[in-house]
Amino acid sequence: MKWRPTMLVLAAAFVAVFLESSCGFFRNLLGAQIDVLPALMVYTALTLGFTSIVLLAVCGGLWFDSLSLNPPGASVLPLLLLGLLIYRSRDLLLRELVFAQVVLGAAAGAAQPLGTLFILLNKGQAPLLGWFSLWQWLVMAAGCAAVTPLFFQLFDRLRRALEYQPVTQTSFRTDREIKRGRA
Amino acid sequence: MLKKAHYIILGFVVLLVLALLQLPGGSASKLKLAIGGLFLPLFGLSNSTHQWLGQTRESLVPRRELLRQLDQLRRDNETLKLRLAQDAQFENENARLRSQVAWARQTRWRLKLARVIARDPASWWRSVEIDLGARDGLRPNLAVLTSDGLVGRVQSVGQSRSQVILLGDPNLRVAAKVVSPGRTNSETGIITVISTAPQEEGMIDLALLSGASTVVPGQSVVTWGEGGVFPADIAIGTIVDKQARDYGLATEARVKLAAHLGALEEVWVMLP
Repeated sequence: MKWRPTMLVLAAAFVAVFLESSCGFFRNLLGAQIDVLPALMVYTALTLGFTSIVLLAVCGGLWFDSLSLNPPGASVLPLLLLGLLIYRSRDLLLRELVFAQVVLGAAAGAAQPLGTLFILLNKGQAPLLGWFSLWQWLVMAAGCAAVTPLFFQLFDRLRRALEYQPVTQTSFRTDREIKRGRA
Repeated sequence: MLKKAHYIILGFVVLLVLALLQLPGGSASKLKLAIGGLFLPLFGLSNSTHQWLGQTRESLVPRRELLRQLDQLRRDNETLKLRLAQDAQFENENARLRSQVAWARQTRWRLKLARVIARDPASWWRSVEIDLGARDGLRPNLAVLTSDGLVGRVQSVGQSRSQVILLGDPNLRVAAKVVSPGRTNSETGIITVISTAPQEEGMIDLALLSGASTVVPGQSVVTWGEGGVFPADIAIGTIVDKQARDYGLATEARVKLAAHLGALEEVWVMLP
Protein backbone atom coordinates (compact mmCIF):
# COMPACT_ATOMS: atom_id res chain seq x y z
CA MET A 1 0.00 0.00 0.00
CA LYS A 2 1.17 3.50 -0.79
CA TRP A 3 0.96 5.25 2.56
CA ARG A 4 1.43 8.84 1.48
CA PRO A 5 -1.42 9.05 -1.06
CA THR A 6 -3.65 7.01 1.25
CA MET A 7 -3.03 9.43 4.12
CA LEU A 8 -3.70 12.33 1.78
CA VAL A 9 -7.05 10.85 0.73
CA LEU A 10 -7.99 10.12 4.37
CA ALA A 11 -7.07 13.67 5.39
CA ALA A 12 -9.17 15.00 2.53
CA ALA A 13 -12.10 12.83 3.63
CA PHE A 14 -11.78 14.12 7.20
CA VAL A 15 -11.75 17.77 6.10
CA ALA A 16 -14.57 17.11 3.61
CA VAL A 17 -16.85 15.65 6.31
CA PHE A 18 -16.05 18.61 8.58
CA LEU A 19 -16.84 21.11 5.81
CA GLU A 20 -20.06 19.30 4.91
CA SER A 21 -21.26 19.69 8.48
CA SER A 22 -20.02 23.22 9.12
CA CYS A 23 -20.74 24.95 5.80
CA GLY A 24 -24.40 25.30 4.91
CA PHE A 25 -23.90 27.14 1.62
CA PHE A 26 -25.11 24.38 -0.73
CA ARG A 27 -27.79 23.26 1.71
CA ASN A 28 -29.24 26.78 1.91
CA LEU A 29 -28.85 27.40 -1.83
CA LEU A 30 -29.96 24.06 -3.29
CA GLY A 31 -31.78 22.36 -0.42
CA ALA A 32 -29.31 19.47 -0.28
CA GLN A 33 -25.82 18.91 1.04
CA ILE A 34 -23.29 17.52 -1.44
CA ASP A 35 -21.36 14.55 -0.10
CA VAL A 36 -17.93 14.27 -1.71
CA LEU A 37 -16.90 10.95 -0.15
CA PRO A 38 -18.15 8.97 -3.21
CA ALA A 39 -15.99 11.17 -5.46
CA LEU A 40 -12.98 10.47 -3.24
CA MET A 41 -13.81 6.77 -3.42
CA VAL A 42 -13.82 6.91 -7.24
CA TYR A 43 -10.33 8.42 -7.18
CA THR A 44 -9.09 5.92 -4.59
CA ALA A 45 -10.51 2.90 -6.40
CA LEU A 46 -9.00 3.95 -9.74
CA THR A 47 -5.62 5.01 -8.36
CA LEU A 48 -4.77 3.30 -5.08
CA GLY A 49 -5.05 -0.23 -3.73
CA PHE A 50 -7.47 -2.44 -1.86
CA THR A 51 -6.34 -1.38 1.63
CA SER A 52 -6.82 2.29 0.77
CA ILE A 53 -10.38 1.55 -0.36
CA VAL A 54 -11.20 -0.27 2.87
CA LEU A 55 -9.62 2.47 5.01
CA LEU A 56 -11.50 5.24 3.21
CA ALA A 57 -14.82 3.37 3.44
CA VAL A 58 -14.44 2.61 7.16
CA CYS A 59 -12.93 5.93 8.31
CA GLY A 60 -14.91 8.18 5.96
CA GLY A 61 -18.17 6.37 6.66
CA LEU A 62 -17.73 6.43 10.44
CA TRP A 63 -16.69 10.12 10.43
CA PHE A 64 -19.74 10.99 8.36
CA ASP A 65 -22.11 8.99 10.58
CA SER A 66 -20.62 10.45 13.77
CA LEU A 67 -21.83 13.94 12.84
CA SER A 68 -25.16 12.71 11.51
CA LEU A 69 -28.24 11.02 12.95
CA ASN A 70 -27.30 7.93 10.89
CA PRO A 71 -26.55 4.88 13.04
CA PRO A 72 -22.76 4.28 13.11
CA GLY A 73 -21.68 2.21 10.12
CA ALA A 74 -24.64 3.05 7.86
CA SER A 75 -22.43 4.82 5.31
CA VAL A 76 -19.54 2.34 5.43
CA LEU A 77 -20.95 -0.58 3.41
CA PRO A 78 -22.26 1.49 0.45
CA LEU A 79 -18.88 3.25 0.17
CA LEU A 80 -17.02 -0.06 0.38
CA LEU A 81 -19.23 -1.69 -2.23
CA LEU A 82 -18.80 1.28 -4.52
CA GLY A 83 -15.02 1.19 -4.17
CA LEU A 84 -14.81 -2.55 -4.79
CA LEU A 85 -17.02 -2.41 -7.88
CA ILE A 86 -14.82 0.26 -9.45
CA TYR A 87 -11.63 -1.46 -8.28
CA ARG A 88 -12.64 -4.75 -9.91
CA SER A 89 -13.20 -3.16 -13.28
CA ARG A 90 -10.57 -0.43 -13.17
CA ASP A 91 -8.51 -2.03 -15.94
CA LEU A 92 -11.44 -1.42 -18.28
CA LEU A 93 -12.02 2.18 -17.23
CA LEU A 94 -10.27 5.07 -18.91
CA ARG A 95 -8.98 6.79 -15.82
CA GLU A 96 -7.43 9.76 -17.58
CA LEU A 97 -10.60 10.80 -19.45
CA VAL A 98 -12.50 13.65 -17.80
CA PHE A 99 -15.75 12.32 -19.26
CA ALA A 100 -15.19 8.95 -17.58
CA GLN A 101 -14.39 10.69 -14.30
CA VAL A 102 -17.59 12.76 -14.50
CA VAL A 103 -19.77 9.74 -15.31
CA LEU A 104 -18.23 7.66 -12.54
CA GLY A 105 -18.57 10.55 -10.09
CA ALA A 106 -22.26 11.00 -10.95
CA ALA A 107 -22.93 7.27 -10.66
CA ALA A 108 -21.11 7.09 -7.33
CA GLY A 109 -22.84 10.22 -6.00
CA ALA A 110 -26.21 8.72 -6.95
CA ALA A 111 -25.51 5.21 -5.66
CA GLN A 112 -24.03 6.11 -2.26
CA PRO A 113 -27.14 7.83 -0.76
CA LEU A 114 -29.37 5.08 -2.16
CA GLY A 115 -27.25 2.43 -0.44
CA THR A 116 -27.29 4.31 2.85
CA LEU A 117 -31.04 4.84 2.66
CA PHE A 118 -31.51 1.13 1.91
CA ILE A 119 -29.63 0.27 5.12
CA LEU A 120 -31.52 2.90 7.15
CA LEU A 121 -34.93 1.68 5.96
CA ASN A 122 -33.97 -1.94 6.62
CA LYS A 123 -32.91 -0.96 10.12
CA GLY A 124 -36.38 0.46 10.78
CA GLN A 125 -35.32 4.10 10.70
CA ALA A 126 -37.60 6.70 9.13
CA PRO A 127 -35.46 9.25 7.28
CA LEU A 128 -36.99 12.40 5.84
CA LEU A 129 -38.14 11.27 2.37
CA GLY A 130 -40.58 12.81 -0.09
CA TRP A 131 -40.76 14.14 -3.59
CA PHE A 132 -38.10 16.70 -2.76
CA SER A 133 -35.70 13.78 -2.05
CA LEU A 134 -35.53 13.25 -5.81
CA TRP A 135 -34.23 16.80 -6.21
CA GLN A 136 -31.73 16.28 -3.37
CA TRP A 137 -30.57 13.04 -5.00
CA LEU A 138 -29.99 14.81 -8.33
CA VAL A 139 -28.08 17.60 -6.59
CA MET A 140 -25.87 15.07 -4.80
CA ALA A 141 -25.15 13.17 -8.03
CA ALA A 142 -24.43 16.37 -10.00
CA GLY A 143 -22.24 17.73 -7.19
CA CYS A 144 -20.21 14.53 -7.08
CA ALA A 145 -19.88 14.53 -10.87
CA ALA A 146 -18.52 18.07 -10.78
CA VAL A 147 -16.09 17.41 -7.95
CA THR A 148 -14.59 14.10 -9.19
CA PRO A 149 -12.39 15.54 -12.02
CA LEU A 150 -11.18 18.23 -9.61
CA PHE A 151 -10.08 15.56 -7.14
CA PHE A 152 -8.24 13.70 -9.90
CA GLN A 153 -6.35 16.85 -10.89
CA LEU A 154 -5.60 17.87 -7.30
CA PHE A 155 -4.45 14.49 -6.02
CA ASP A 156 -2.47 13.65 -9.15
CA ARG A 157 -0.59 16.92 -8.76
CA LEU A 158 -0.02 16.28 -5.07
CA ARG A 159 1.21 12.78 -5.82
CA ARG A 160 3.64 14.10 -8.44
CA ALA A 161 4.87 16.70 -5.96
CA LEU A 162 5.29 14.34 -3.03
CA GLU A 163 6.35 11.06 -4.62
CA TYR A 164 9.73 10.13 -6.02
CA GLN A 165 9.74 10.60 -9.77
CA PRO A 166 12.26 8.40 -11.63
CA VAL A 167 14.57 10.37 -13.87
CA THR A 168 13.77 9.63 -17.48
CA GLN A 169 16.83 8.81 -19.59
CA THR A 170 17.03 10.12 -23.11
CA SER A 171 18.25 7.96 -25.97
CA PHE A 172 20.85 10.57 -26.88
CA ARG A 173 24.43 9.42 -26.37
CA THR A 174 27.44 11.52 -27.25
CA ASP A 175 29.51 8.51 -28.34
CA ARG A 176 26.88 7.58 -30.87
CA GLU A 177 26.56 11.02 -32.38
CA ILE A 178 26.50 10.96 -36.13
CA LYS A 179 28.88 13.50 -37.46
CA ARG A 180 28.04 14.75 -40.85
CA GLY A 181 30.36 16.36 -43.30
CA ARG A 182 33.93 15.52 -44.16
CA ALA A 183 36.36 14.84 -41.40
CA MET B 1 -7.92 -9.31 -8.76
CA LEU B 2 -8.94 -9.86 -5.13
CA LYS B 3 -6.77 -12.25 -3.13
CA LYS B 4 -7.70 -14.56 -0.29
CA ALA B 5 -6.40 -12.06 2.29
CA HIS B 6 -8.64 -9.41 0.77
CA TYR B 7 -11.71 -11.58 1.21
CA ILE B 8 -10.77 -12.15 4.87
CA ILE B 9 -10.42 -8.38 5.42
CA LEU B 10 -13.74 -7.78 3.65
CA GLY B 11 -15.48 -10.36 5.81
CA PHE B 12 -14.04 -8.76 8.94
CA VAL B 13 -15.16 -5.26 7.87
CA VAL B 14 -18.68 -6.46 7.00
CA LEU B 15 -18.98 -8.22 10.38
CA LEU B 16 -17.72 -5.10 12.15
CA VAL B 17 -20.26 -2.90 10.38
CA LEU B 18 -23.10 -5.32 11.11
CA ALA B 19 -22.08 -5.32 14.79
CA LEU B 20 -22.02 -1.51 14.80
CA LEU B 21 -25.45 -1.35 13.20
CA GLN B 22 -26.83 -3.63 15.92
CA LEU B 23 -25.48 -1.50 18.79
CA PRO B 24 -28.18 -0.33 21.22
CA GLY B 25 -29.10 3.38 21.11
CA GLY B 26 -27.04 4.48 24.12
CA SER B 27 -23.84 2.71 23.04
CA ALA B 28 -24.24 3.91 19.45
CA SER B 29 -24.61 7.53 20.65
CA LYS B 30 -21.52 7.23 22.87
CA LEU B 31 -19.50 5.73 20.01
CA LYS B 32 -20.62 8.48 17.64
CA LEU B 33 -19.78 11.20 20.15
CA ALA B 34 -16.34 9.60 20.69
CA ILE B 35 -15.61 9.46 16.95
CA GLY B 36 -17.05 12.94 16.43
CA GLY B 37 -14.66 14.17 19.14
CA LEU B 38 -11.91 13.91 16.53
CA PHE B 39 -13.44 16.96 14.86
CA LEU B 40 -13.20 19.13 17.99
CA PRO B 41 -9.90 20.79 16.98
CA LEU B 42 -11.42 21.75 13.63
CA PHE B 43 -14.58 23.05 15.30
CA GLY B 44 -12.38 25.06 17.70
CA LEU B 45 -10.42 26.46 14.77
CA SER B 46 -13.63 27.36 12.95
CA ASN B 47 -14.98 29.04 16.09
CA SER B 48 -11.78 31.06 16.57
CA THR B 49 -11.85 32.13 12.92
CA HIS B 50 -15.47 33.26 13.26
CA GLN B 51 -14.60 35.24 16.38
CA TRP B 52 -11.59 36.82 14.74
CA LEU B 53 -13.64 37.78 11.69
CA GLY B 54 -16.33 39.22 13.95
CA GLN B 55 -13.77 41.27 15.88
CA THR B 56 -12.23 42.52 12.65
CA ARG B 57 -15.65 43.52 11.35
CA GLU B 58 -16.43 45.29 14.63
CA SER B 59 -13.17 47.20 14.53
CA LEU B 60 -14.16 48.58 11.13
CA VAL B 61 -17.47 50.06 12.36
CA PRO B 62 -17.22 53.88 12.43
CA ARG B 63 -17.26 55.62 15.82
CA ARG B 64 -20.38 57.62 14.90
CA GLU B 65 -22.31 54.39 14.22
CA LEU B 66 -21.12 52.90 17.52
CA LEU B 67 -22.27 55.99 19.43
CA ARG B 68 -25.65 55.84 17.69
CA GLN B 69 -26.05 52.16 18.63
CA LEU B 70 -24.99 52.92 22.22
CA ASP B 71 -27.62 55.62 22.46
CA GLN B 72 -30.27 53.26 21.07
CA LEU B 73 -29.28 50.54 23.52
CA ARG B 74 -29.48 52.98 26.45
CA ARG B 75 -33.03 53.92 25.44
CA ASP B 76 -34.00 50.23 24.99
CA ASN B 77 -32.50 49.49 28.39
CA GLU B 78 -34.60 52.19 30.06
CA THR B 79 -37.78 50.87 28.41
CA LEU B 80 -36.98 47.28 29.41
CA LYS B 81 -36.27 48.36 33.02
CA LEU B 82 -39.71 49.96 33.20
CA ARG B 83 -41.33 46.81 31.74
CA LEU B 84 -39.39 44.64 34.18
CA ALA B 85 -40.67 46.68 37.11
CA GLN B 86 -44.23 46.34 35.79
CA ASP B 87 -43.73 42.59 35.22
CA ALA B 88 -42.52 42.19 38.80
CA GLN B 89 -45.83 43.65 39.98
CA PHE B 90 -47.75 41.28 37.69
CA GLU B 91 -45.67 38.36 38.95
CA ASN B 92 -46.46 39.20 42.57
CA GLU B 93 -50.14 39.55 41.78
CA ASN B 94 -50.08 36.29 39.80
CA ALA B 95 -48.38 34.44 42.67
CA ARG B 96 -50.89 35.86 45.19
CA LEU B 97 -53.88 34.81 43.06
CA ARG B 98 -52.39 31.37 42.40
CA SER B 99 -51.90 30.81 46.12
CA GLN B 100 -55.51 31.86 46.76
CA VAL B 101 -56.89 29.24 44.35
CA ALA B 102 -54.16 26.71 45.29
CA TRP B 103 -52.58 26.52 41.83
CA ALA B 104 -48.99 25.39 41.45
CA ARG B 105 -46.58 28.29 41.15
CA GLN B 106 -44.90 28.61 37.78
CA THR B 107 -41.14 28.53 37.76
CA ARG B 108 -38.91 30.70 35.58
CA TRP B 109 -37.10 29.05 32.66
CA ARG B 110 -33.45 28.29 33.30
CA LEU B 111 -31.73 28.85 29.99
CA LYS B 112 -28.17 28.33 28.83
CA LEU B 113 -26.79 29.81 25.64
CA ALA B 114 -25.13 27.38 23.21
CA ARG B 115 -23.37 27.89 19.93
CA VAL B 116 -24.26 25.72 16.91
CA ILE B 117 -21.00 24.15 15.74
CA ALA B 118 -22.17 21.72 13.05
CA ARG B 119 -25.16 20.62 11.03
CA ASP B 120 -26.12 17.12 9.95
CA PRO B 121 -24.15 16.34 6.76
CA ALA B 122 -26.90 13.95 5.58
CA SER B 123 -29.76 15.52 3.66
CA TRP B 124 -32.41 13.20 5.15
CA TRP B 125 -32.03 14.28 8.80
CA ARG B 126 -32.49 17.62 10.55
CA SER B 127 -30.04 17.93 13.42
CA VAL B 128 -27.28 20.19 14.71
CA GLU B 129 -24.42 19.90 17.18
CA ILE B 130 -24.04 22.46 19.97
CA ASP B 131 -21.04 23.30 22.13
CA LEU B 132 -22.61 22.42 25.48
CA GLY B 133 -22.49 18.97 27.04
CA ALA B 134 -22.86 16.98 30.24
CA ARG B 135 -20.31 19.16 32.04
CA ASP B 136 -22.65 22.13 31.45
CA GLY B 137 -25.60 20.30 32.99
CA LEU B 138 -27.23 19.09 29.79
CA ARG B 139 -29.05 15.79 29.51
CA PRO B 140 -31.16 14.20 26.76
CA ASN B 141 -34.67 15.49 25.98
CA LEU B 142 -34.16 19.10 27.06
CA ALA B 143 -36.00 21.69 24.99
CA VAL B 144 -33.90 23.91 22.68
CA LEU B 145 -35.20 27.29 21.52
CA THR B 146 -34.30 30.72 20.23
CA SER B 147 -35.86 34.04 21.14
CA ASP B 148 -38.26 33.47 18.21
CA GLY B 149 -39.52 30.05 19.25
CA LEU B 150 -38.94 26.32 19.64
CA VAL B 151 -36.07 24.74 17.70
CA GLY B 152 -35.92 21.11 18.84
CA ARG B 153 -34.72 18.89 21.65
CA VAL B 154 -31.41 17.46 22.87
CA GLN B 155 -30.95 13.95 21.48
CA SER B 156 -27.58 12.80 22.86
CA VAL B 157 -25.11 14.42 25.21
CA GLY B 158 -21.33 14.17 25.21
CA GLN B 159 -18.92 15.69 27.68
CA SER B 160 -18.56 19.00 25.86
CA ARG B 161 -21.05 18.88 22.98
CA SER B 162 -24.54 17.59 22.27
CA GLN B 163 -26.68 16.63 19.32
CA VAL B 164 -30.00 18.44 18.89
CA ILE B 165 -32.86 17.14 16.72
CA LEU B 166 -34.62 19.99 14.93
CA LEU B 167 -38.31 20.45 14.25
CA GLY B 168 -39.17 18.70 10.99
CA ASP B 169 -36.98 15.66 11.66
CA PRO B 170 -38.94 12.38 11.61
CA ASN B 171 -37.54 11.53 15.07
CA LEU B 172 -39.13 14.58 16.69
CA ARG B 173 -42.85 14.90 17.31
CA VAL B 174 -44.22 17.74 19.38
CA ALA B 175 -47.66 17.99 20.91
CA ALA B 176 -48.92 21.43 19.91
CA LYS B 177 -52.00 23.56 20.38
CA VAL B 178 -53.45 26.33 18.27
CA VAL B 179 -54.02 29.50 20.24
CA SER B 180 -57.52 30.86 19.67
CA PRO B 181 -58.02 34.32 21.18
CA GLY B 182 -61.11 34.50 23.37
CA ARG B 183 -61.50 30.72 23.62
CA THR B 184 -60.55 28.63 26.63
CA ASN B 185 -60.30 25.27 24.81
CA SER B 186 -57.59 25.08 22.15
CA GLU B 187 -57.34 22.70 19.24
CA THR B 188 -54.44 20.26 19.57
CA GLY B 189 -52.36 18.32 17.09
CA ILE B 190 -48.91 16.85 16.52
CA ILE B 191 -46.04 18.62 14.80
CA THR B 192 -44.62 16.14 12.30
CA VAL B 193 -42.14 16.05 9.45
CA ILE B 194 -41.75 18.60 6.69
CA SER B 195 -43.77 17.53 3.66
CA THR B 196 -42.93 20.53 1.51
CA ALA B 197 -40.00 21.25 -0.78
CA PRO B 198 -36.59 21.81 0.83
CA GLN B 199 -36.62 25.42 -0.35
CA GLU B 200 -39.49 25.97 2.10
CA GLU B 201 -37.43 24.92 5.10
CA GLY B 202 -39.39 27.13 7.45
CA MET B 203 -42.58 25.13 6.93
CA ILE B 204 -43.78 22.21 9.00
CA ASP B 205 -46.95 20.11 9.26
CA LEU B 206 -49.40 20.11 12.15
CA ALA B 207 -51.21 16.79 11.86
CA LEU B 208 -54.01 15.02 13.71
CA LEU B 209 -56.23 18.06 14.07
CA SER B 210 -59.88 17.09 14.27
CA GLY B 211 -61.92 16.80 11.07
CA ALA B 212 -64.10 19.71 12.18
CA SER B 213 -61.09 21.91 12.86
CA THR B 214 -61.73 25.64 12.74
CA VAL B 215 -58.11 26.78 12.58
CA VAL B 216 -57.51 29.70 10.28
CA PRO B 217 -54.35 31.12 8.72
CA GLY B 218 -52.50 33.48 11.02
CA GLN B 219 -53.30 31.69 14.28
CA SER B 220 -50.36 30.99 16.58
CA VAL B 221 -49.18 27.46 17.36
CA VAL B 222 -47.48 26.79 20.69
CA THR B 223 -46.33 23.71 22.59
CA TRP B 224 -49.12 21.94 24.42
CA GLY B 225 -47.05 20.84 27.39
CA GLU B 226 -48.25 17.25 27.41
CA GLY B 227 -45.64 14.50 27.16
CA GLY B 228 -43.13 15.79 29.68
CA VAL B 229 -40.45 17.00 27.24
CA PHE B 230 -41.54 20.49 26.22
CA PRO B 231 -43.06 22.96 28.68
CA ALA B 232 -46.35 24.52 27.59
CA ASP B 233 -46.70 27.73 25.60
CA ILE B 234 -43.37 27.89 23.75
CA ALA B 235 -43.99 29.53 20.39
CA ILE B 236 -43.72 27.19 17.38
CA GLY B 237 -45.14 29.23 14.51
CA THR B 238 -48.28 30.40 12.75
CA ILE B 239 -50.84 28.53 10.63
CA VAL B 240 -50.41 29.09 6.88
CA ASP B 241 -53.15 26.89 5.42
CA LYS B 242 -55.00 23.64 6.08
CA GLN B 243 -56.44 20.69 4.18
CA ALA B 244 -58.68 17.77 5.00
CA ARG B 245 -57.12 14.31 5.43
CA ASP B 246 -58.49 10.78 5.63
CA TYR B 247 -61.79 11.61 3.87
CA GLY B 248 -62.43 14.56 6.16
CA LEU B 249 -61.87 12.66 9.40
CA ALA B 250 -58.76 14.68 10.18
CA THR B 251 -57.22 18.01 9.23
CA GLU B 252 -53.60 18.82 8.53
CA ALA B 253 -52.29 22.37 8.65
CA ARG B 254 -49.03 23.84 7.39
CA VAL B 255 -47.22 25.93 9.96
CA LYS B 256 -44.64 28.63 9.29
CA LEU B 257 -41.98 28.16 11.95
CA ALA B 258 -41.20 31.11 14.21
CA ALA B 259 -37.51 30.19 14.45
CA HIS B 260 -35.39 30.23 11.29
CA LEU B 261 -33.79 26.78 11.39
CA GLY B 262 -31.64 27.35 8.32
CA ALA B 263 -29.61 30.13 9.94
CA LEU B 264 -29.13 28.91 13.50
CA GLU B 265 -25.97 30.22 15.10
CA GLU B 266 -26.88 30.38 18.78
CA VAL B 267 -29.65 28.60 20.65
CA TRP B 268 -30.92 28.45 24.24
CA VAL B 269 -31.12 25.13 26.05
CA MET B 270 -33.85 24.95 28.68
CA LEU B 271 -32.35 23.37 31.79
CA PRO B 272 -34.55 21.41 34.21
